[in-house]
Amino acid sequence: MSEGARAERRLGWLLCAPAVIVMVAVAGYPIVYSAWLSLLRYDLKFPERREFVGLSNYAVVLSDNYWWTAFGVTMLITVVSVAIELALGMGLALVMHRTLVGRGLVRTSALIPYGIVTVVAAFSWRFAWTPGTGYLANLVAPDGAPLTERAGALAIIILAEVWKTTPFMALLLLAGLALVPDDLLKAASVDGANAWQRFVRVMLPVMKPAILVAVLFRTLDAFRVFDNIYVLTQGANETSSVSMLTYNNLIRGLNLGIGSTMSVLIFITVAIIAFVFVKLFGTAAPGSGAEGRR
Amino acid sequence: MTTIDTSPRAKWRWGVIDLVVVVFALIPVLWIVSLSFKTTSTLTDGNFIPRELTFDNYRTIFATDQFVRALINSIGIALIATFVAVLLGMLAAYAISRLNFPGKQALVGVSLLIAMFPQVSLISPLFDIERRLGLFDTWPGLILPYITFALPLAIYTLSAFFKQIPWDLEKAAKMDGATQGEAFRKVIAPLAAPGVFTTAILVFIFCWNDFLFAISLTSTEQARTVPAALAFFTGESQFEDPTGAISAAAVVITVPIILFVLFFQRRIVSGLTSGAVKG
Repeated sequence: MSEGARAERRLGWLLCAPAVIVMVAVAGYPIVYSAWLSLLRYDLKFPERREFVGLSNYAVVLSDNYWWTAFGVTMLITVVSVAIELALGMGLALVMHRTLVGRGLVRTSALIPYGIVTVVAAFSWRFAWTPGTGYLANLVAPDGAPLTERAGALAIIILAEVWKTTPFMALLLLAGLALVPDDLLKAASVDGANAWQRFVRVMLPVMKPAILVAVLFRTLDAFRVFDNIYVLTQGANETSSVSMLTYNNLIRGLNLGIGSTMSVLIFITVAIIAFVFVKLFGTAAPGSGAEGRR
Repeated sequence: MTTIDTSPRAKWRWGVIDLVVVVFALIPVLWIVSLSFKTTSTLTDGNFIPRELTFDNYRTIFATDQFVRALINSIGIALIATFVAVLLGMLAAYAISRLNFPGKQALVGVSLLIAMFPQVSLISPLFDIERRLGLFDTWPGLILPYITFALPLAIYTLSAFFKQIPWDLEKAAKMDGATQGEAFRKVIAPLAAPGVFTTAILVFIFCWNDFLFAISLTSTEQARTVPAALAFFTGESQFEDPTGAISAAAVVITVPIILFVLFFQRRIVSGLTSGAVKG
């Protein structure tokens, strides 16, 4: 190896070292530590009873109804909100791509939901649906309190999620949309394809990698749903997500053993979702250099 | 042939569609602004537009230590975390986009893993570790996780930007006798500045937005940021309806985001999409 190549290698490691050290120390080590904690009986209210209990925490959590309810709620919110976001996001991307008037205005206002603090938006939705105070409550459900019943609350949580993250989805799709060659659309049009056929037969296949990346990003993100639920319902009426349940066990219940067990289970679930996307749908892992190319 | 329909009718149609998008995006924001200006007596009247305007809610929150302290925490923590994350991200992104060294792919993979990580998985161990180290409920206790979760975003966006820089200039500088380090500082850094700035905005928004770490790793006003403090506005004032105060505080922390979006719309869009999809 030449002196130059060796120096380049040293410099590369040197430049990456600080970032790597921080990520290993604050993310890598804690996740391993949390796997260890999940094997302990460790309740901060009774610290002296801390002891190694093997997999019994997992048995407790996995046979617990609250866990499975929260798991179901999280799955429901994830699937429904990502599906709606994909449809709306595609529409929004087309609008941002094609609109004749006010393109800057549309893009700017679409970015506001993305940028706004989730908790702020959640409060806005909560007040809007509070009977008496809220314009939506008075308009849509004058006799009820949708946030205090399960179906209504879940619908509002999904609405808040969709409002907040559709623009992000749209921007990722927009980048994919820009890859569709105009010539191809024109050719399809010459061959007599109508707008819908052009969309399904030409645009969607070209955009497939972008769509998969966007859906993967959003699915993993939606699975972590916490802020909206915390503000909108506090998890009441069986609207807790797995993140909410973990938080409650940990910070409110001070049960580090059970909390860590849930953490590890969530981590495993997310890993499975990512694996399924990459293996089954062939989502190019972003950064591998293969995305957007066929 | 698809010719773009630019007739007045088509423009009208697009105008209406645009309007729907804008209204959809802005209504929740306008609603919270409206609430923040309502008087106590009209707060629960359910009108979208306030009948009487008042600044009382703003006066109230700025008179309380609870909010002012949280605002200072939010600004300080987000700025420091952004600065460090962008700095470390810049070094790593330069190496990734420019240099050949073993372990490069692994680094990209690992940082991607962290970006997709469920943050709640870190709450339990960090809670325990930070209590032992005395970092719980301090600025560094929040800054560290923020840096960690912002780093993948920073490395990603920055390497995408760095790849677009005309690196021949660096070669030219080196031929003129500059070292690799000098070439980076004097030639590349100024060219990279817009990308760095964009990344900084995205990272800042990320830190500013966080709620989960903020309520889990703090317990007092000492380090509690505004999103977390907002959640506690609710519980504490039992006899006074905190809706107005929460709304005013919410508007205050929304203003910087709106300004960023208004001024740097183009950059934010390019930053958000650069890492995810490249042509």
